[in-house]
Amino acid sequence: MKRDRTPEMIGIIFLVVVLSGAWLPQWALFILTIAFAHGLVALGLMLMLRAGLVSFGQALYYCLGAYAAGALGKFLGMSDIFVQMLAGAAVAGFAAFVLGFLLAKYRGIFFGLLSLALSMILYGLLVKNEALGSTDGFNILPSTLFGIRPAADWVRYCVAVAAAFAGLSAALLVHRYLNTPLGRLAPAIKDNEIRVEYMGTSARHAIHVKYVIAAVLAGAGGALAATNVGHIDPEMAYWTTSGEFIFITILAGTGNVIAPFAGALIFGVIHTMAYDLSPNTWQMSLGTALLALIVFLPEGLWSLFVRRKAA
Amino acid sequence: MDPILSVIVDGIMYSAWLFIAALGLTLIYGVMKIVNVTHGSFYALGAYAGASFTGAWLARGYPPMLSYAVLAAAAVVITLAFAPLVERGILRFMYAKDEVVILLITYALFLILEDTIKLIWGVNPYFIAQPYALLGSFEVGGLSYPTYNLILVGLALVMGGALAWLQHSTRVGKLLLAVIHDPEVSRAMGINVGKYYLVTFTFGSMLAALAGSFTAPTVSVVPGLGVEVIVLSFAVVVIGGLGSLPGAALGAVMVGLVRSISVHYMPQVELFVIYFVMAMVLAFRPRGLFSLAEPRKI
Repeated sequence: MKRDRTPEMIGIIFLVVVLSGAWLPQWALFILTIAFAHGLVALGLMLMLRAGLVSFGQALYYCLGAYAAGALGKFLGMSDIFVQMLAGAAVAGFAAFVLGFLLAKYRGIFFGLLSLALSMILYGLLVKNEALGSTDGFNILPSTLFGIRPAADWVRYCVAVAAAFAGLSAALLVHRYLNTPLGRLAPAIKDNEIRVEYMGTSARHAIHVKYVIAAVLAGAGGALAATNVGHIDPEMAYWTTSGEFIFITILAGTGNVIAPFAGALIFGVIHTMAYDLSPNTWQMSLGTALLALIVFLPEGLWSLFVRRKAA
Repeated sequence: MDPILSVIVDGIMYSAWLFIAALGLTLIYGVMKIVNVTHGSFYALGAYAGASFTGAWLARGYPPMLSYAVLAAAAVVITLAFAPLVERGILRFMYAKDEVVILLITYALFLILEDTIKLIWGVNPYFIAQPYALLGSFEVGGLSYPTYNLILVGLALVMGGALAWLQHSTRVGKLLLAVIHDPEVSRAMGINVGKYYLVTFTFGSMLAALAGSFTAPTVSVVPGLGVEVIVLSFAVVVIGGLGSLPGAALGAVMVGLVRSISVHYMPQVELFVIYFVMAMVLAFRPRGLFSLAEPRKI
């Protein structure tokens, strides 16, 4: 077996972002930060997908994280980016811990539909909540970093570095988790749950843990996206948002913890370019790409990379 | 005016619309085990076709009373143009895949169809209020309602009745039942399962398109029209039990009444209650209210 180089790669990516970020234009930093935010969500979905579960409602935790971050700024005047991310992760994680008792029992299509229903409940609540801006949502204060307010030109750079730090440390932790017994249980649950139970472990417990981790990641990602965009609205909980996250996860594959971030970046770039070139057909390009991926590369883009290395 | 009465009348009208919108989804799931996201696309296709065909019909000065027939014809024509293409061209190669994967495939197709609609009809809204205004209104307990809504109620009853009759009292329905229970054995018995899948998909999509075209006169037809219908019909179908016809009727009535009660007494929870009911049903009876026990697969 080859030596695992993932931690080194993660370190290199972080250095590249820190060093090159200073020269990147503002729009590129924006796309990069969003890629880290979406990558965090996709990383969580990847954990679920390894166990054979597809959540059609991960936008629930993404949106919860974003609103937690927004509420901190709106009601407490707190705009530190790390505090916001921690708050987003904590709120989402707590919600997932509670809902997980219910959801961990579900598999296949029913898991997907129940998570969809839960995210639509949040959407329904937010759309009619005037204190939180109804359908318009509200704006978020510009980010600060450990109490320091960066100069206007440098805000995006600081946010991007913070995003890279959060995203990549999460990737590292999840990488460690995948090599623990609990983490290695996922493919076994996907293959044959009853055998997992015969081995003396609880599939439900394993799934509950994964579900909470996925929600924590999505909550942090939502908070990150919120401060980066500077605005949040209930659309973040809508089922089409969940659909985009699933797209990114399928695009990336479950091969490696870096894959979701690469997938999110590719998605962001394709999305931006396709939208720029032809605003009326970008969904068509996305749909065609998704269809082609499912048919020709069911293990995602990462599998391409791995296969070439093996050959 | 008795508020209870208006809650019930509103509820019935909304239920009828929901039932029409969700019927095709439950049919396709029942037969093919596909949770079909393109259902929303066919709804939108029907709405656009209905609006543009009827608009053209009325602009030429043809009798406006026949515009209802044009609405129905538009839905049929547009479905025949797209549904067989989707089923024969793509879906039929995917039946061996996992239910969740097929759901993702229909999601991809939904994205593609969404932009196809924009390419055909552009992004400007379409209005055809005439069929809606033509019939005038009727009064119940001092409140007036558009008579057009009665057409939707009638349509829902006719569609539900016809489908139940097809399923239980015809040869085709009996054969279909065999296909539902075991496609492999049915094939061995000489039933052309592929043909049944094609017809079911086309017919189910046609029901979505009919829902769309008959809704077109009551709304402005804009891009993204089908997006909301997908989750709403998911909710209706899941409440009743995926694949069950009486289940879809029950789901539609429940969602319709719950929504109309909340609109009258607590408008701020209108959307919340619909999905709350869906989540509650999934929590206590994951296979829906009208479901049979299914053995656990090993």
